[in-house]
Amino acid sequence: MAQETMTVHLKVWRQAGPEESGSFQNYTAENVNPHMSFLEMLDVVNEDLIHKGEEPIEFDSDCREGICGTCGFVINGQAHGEERGTTVCQLHMRSFSDGDTIVIEPWRAKAFPVIKDLVVDRRAFDRIIAAGGYVSVGTGPKPDANSIKVGKDVSDQAFDSAACIGCGACVAACPNASASLFTGAKITQLAMLPQGHPERTRRVREMVHQMQEEGFGNCSNIGECEAVCPKEISLSNIAKMKREYLRAMFSDS
Amino acid sequence: MLPLKRALSSPIGRKFVMSISGIALVLFVIVHLLGNLTLYIPDGGESFNRYAAGFEALGPMLYVMELGLLAVILLHAFWGISTWLRNRRARPERYAKSIATKGGGSNLNIASRNMAITGSFLFFFLIIHVWHFRVRKETVGEKTTVNGQEATDLYALVVGSFENPAWVFFYTLSMVVLAFHLRHGFWSALQSLGAMKPRWSKQIYAFGLIFAILLALGFLGMPIYLFLAAA
Repeated sequence: MAQETMTVHLKVWRQAGPEESGSFQNYTAENVNPHMSFLEMLDVVNEDLIHKGEEPIEFDSDCREGICGTCGFVINGQAHGEERGTTVCQLHMRSFSDGDTIVIEPWRAKAFPVIKDLVVDRRAFDRIIAAGGYVSVGTGPKPDANSIKVGKDVSDQAFDSAACIGCGACVAACPNASASLFTGAKITQLAMLPQGHPERTRRVREMVHQMQEEGFGNCSNIGECEAVCPKEISLSNIAKMKREYLRAMFSDS
Repeated sequence: MLPLKRALSSPIGRKFVMSISGIALVLFVIVHLLGNLTLYIPDGGESFNRYAAGFEALGPMLYVMELGLLAVILLHAFWGISTWLRNRRARPERYAKSIATKGGGSNLNIASRNMAITGSFLFFFLIIHVWHFRVRKETVGEKTTVNGQEATDLYALVVGSFENPAWVFFYTLSMVVLAFHLRHGFWSALQSLGAMKPRWSKQIYAFGLIFAILLALGFLGMPIYLFLAAA
């Protein structure tokens, strides 16, 4: 039985390097299997380009299982495409119709400069983490596993925040290019747990400061970040970050 | 230690300033509406003029209150514009295909995306409005008698203005813009302060809409009511 295939028209942002100016190029992907993921479709387009001796479209990807946070770009104005709670590697071509025109752009933010085509430099996130998104541990014998009790409800909430994979979709979808959902999730995750408490004041102060230094915008509570987040991180993480910051403002340490 | 200057210029601290000044302005607008409801009383303006004369009786204290209000308005406006400029700079290269909402709990809509535009319009409205009634009350306002004492006939000034359909249109439009500003602003002020729990936010956001509509209707009913009453 012949499998039904589809044809889609792609408008892809091509940019040779960080200092080069980019533009949109049109490609047509024919014989697309609807069960391909979006990235597999791009792989096929790229094979075609390589055969023709052209530069393939550069994009990031790693696990292709929706859990690593490496892939991601904006499809028709939506980070990771129209499907909710998923990364672009888990978006399938069956979400599109035969003959669709699809506009593909990299994450756009001052703090995420384009490296090439759809690949952006997300090290700004690493620097926010390095500013305080960790728990300092002493060396020496390992502590007893259950010496600090954590309630199930609290550990569940901390886990929900910890589910952030740092893909950057929240920044991409925010009209202000704010990194508040990412930073809020990282702060909340540790603020919920007793292990995070000794450093919580310094943590929120330094992480928020780093977020500002990187050139991310300010949160205006629109909540599109929550809607595009592949891990469905809640806006309440941002509210928690604000409370942590307020607490740090009035803290002595 | 977190120095106050660094705290208030941080992405979170600057929104604390916006929230607190915004809430102060909302409280002012509520009081302003409650006082102005006297315009709806069909007594030839007696209640309204008595209400206005109460402010005149404050003497120099009125100027202190007005300056305080002006300070809050300027703080909210300049802080807002500066925040908006920073947000613009955070995305120097715009998307070719503008951001489309993925739905869910997202509040991406014309109210939330145009706070700077509706805010700027309201600032422009305030200048006209203060000139229109506050300044002209001193310069062209006629005198009347309230409780046996001489007072300005603010009612005549208001009624006279709203015989002109152009003023009715301008005030009505401005109040619709106010409704859009408050539709996002009310909930946003609370969320920026971190005063939000997931279980409340839906209800607070819905309440913001009802609040914005009630406030706008209360105000924009006045020019329309006075225009129709005069016709």
